[in-house]
Amino acid sequence: MQLYLPIAEVSVNAFLLLGIGGIVGFLSGLFGVGGGFLITPLLFFIGIPPAIAVATGANQVVASSVSGVLAQLKRKAVDFRMGWVLLAGGLVGSASGVWVFTRLTAAGQIDLFVQLSYVLFLGLVGLIMFWESARTILRTRRPGAPIRRAHTHSWVHGLPFKMKFRASGLYISVLPPLTVGALVGFLAAIMGVGGGFIMVPAMIYLLGMPTKVVIGTSLFQIIFVTAFTTLMHAITSNTVDMMLAVLLILGGVVGAQFGARASGRLKAEQLRILLSLIVISVAGKIALDLLLRPAELYSVMPGVLP
Amino acid sequence: MICARLRWMAFVSLTLVPPAAASEEIVAGLSQNRVSITADFDGSEILIYGAVKREEAIPKVPLHVIITIEGPSAPTIVRKKARVAGMWINNEAVQIGRAPSFYAVATTGFLHEVLSETENLRHQITIPRAIRAVGISAQAKDAPGFIEALIRVQTEADQYRLAERTVQMNEQTLFRTDVVLPANLTEGPYRVRIFLTRNGAVVDQLERRINVRKEGLERFLFNLSREHSLVYGLLSLIIAVAAGYGASAAFRLMKA
Repeated sequence: MQLYLPIAEVSVNAFLLLGIGGIVGFLSGLFGVGGGFLITPLLFFIGIPPAIAVATGANQVVASSVSGVLAQLKRKAVDFRMGWVLLAGGLVGSASGVWVFTRLTAAGQIDLFVQLSYVLFLGLVGLIMFWESARTILRTRRPGAPIRRAHTHSWVHGLPFKMKFRASGLYISVLPPLTVGALVGFLAAIMGVGGGFIMVPAMIYLLGMPTKVVIGTSLFQIIFVTAFTTLMHAITSNTVDMMLAVLLILGGVVGAQFGARASGRLKAEQLRILLSLIVISVAGKIALDLLLRPAELYSVMPGVLP
Repeated sequence: MICARLRWMAFVSLTLVPPAAASEEIVAGLSQNRVSITADFDGSEILIYGAVKREEAIPKVPLHVIITIEGPSAPTIVRKKARVAGMWINNEAVQIGRAPSFYAVATTGFLHEVLSETENLRHQITIPRAIRAVGISAQAKDAPGFIEALIRVQTEADQYRLAERTVQMNEQTLFRTDVVLPANLTEGPYRVRIFLTRNGAVVDQLERRINVRKEGLERFLFNLSREHSLVYGLLSLIIAVAAGYGASAAFRLMKA
């Protein structure tokens, strides 16, 4: 069934959109990530204009994060105080991200910037995750190997403006969470992602938060950052396509249920290694697009050069 | 006052001096003069048909028909990728004054046989003529290459179309053609022009209009996003939050 999208002004197959939403939802339920890093490139791939894919992707992440955070809330795995601090940084980052996004769209380099961000951050996170989980798997096979301490004191703990984060059991400066929040907010606005795949490792390795509160807290603040991003895109560039979002969300929330069920059957390290492989292959595909000579060198866009 | 008098004079001159009477005239119709883009819009087929009205016998030299359909024009940017630091990125850009969002040409014969270059210049019939690109040579080294690229990209996207010998003509009098408007259509007035040519010269021409408009939900969402973008953004968020909450509630019910 073809469906005409009112804002994107393209006609796409409705079942294809439900399917994309479903697959991404399944993965997000399986791994506890928002899935924005998959949905935005997939939308590019089926011919949705990049600006619309990014803004609508952010809207879809709001839905999957709400669904996810409610599940985490029942397990009391959300550090609200940390969430608010991350959010304060996130809103600043998001506003500047939307501003950069509109400027780069006008300059015709938004595609490049988005692609480079994907390659850099997905590639990096994917490789780190792969390495970490491969090491964990190897270690469990060799029981005699030494176990590394979960978190150690570093320069991060010497910064001023300290604050107590009870749920995380931390007493640290607010500066690192503010910075992490701002960076993730910026990327969320530009890449149309929630930034969970950067936020989660940053919380574990930079802030030293315990793993059990990481996913819930990350999802909690992602709801607000992506909601803010969606709103900013809707107001400044009219690029949120509600009809597209509804189909992705419908597929996504159903897929997430099945994903969450499937996740019970796999081990944490196996899940992480699978996710890292998906992340690395998305980064690799985008890198190849940048490096190989495209079939059509020219692109056409309505508008006026600045 | 002056305006009224001018109009009156124009009227008098029109009625008194008969126009250079075309011996052959087009009488034509369209199967529809409006296209509604609704949620399930999947393109639209338009039948353009007509006849040649003439008083005298059919001349020996065969008559040809050229039909053009032109979507709303807009300023357009054409960008070219180049290899910079090992990556293919947008480099040169050319500003095209106006290019139609959709343009189709259908004819009874090969275009170069049924239309002379001077007549094409006067009536701007072929695809390159429909693109208004003045003063682009200063913008890039190979400016004509950008125009060719625009036509190539739009032709591949099925937005520009040259369909030679797709207009059927019977007895030098009746003609008809079907034009398929693609699903990815821009809103606005679509101009349909019908030309009669003989020996490459235009004998008569006629213009009609098709209004393409988003309707229903499409219209509502589009207007809302432009006129009340804050409300639209908030509505998008409410839908997302409700769907997320609903899914988690449904999941709990299924588990219980």
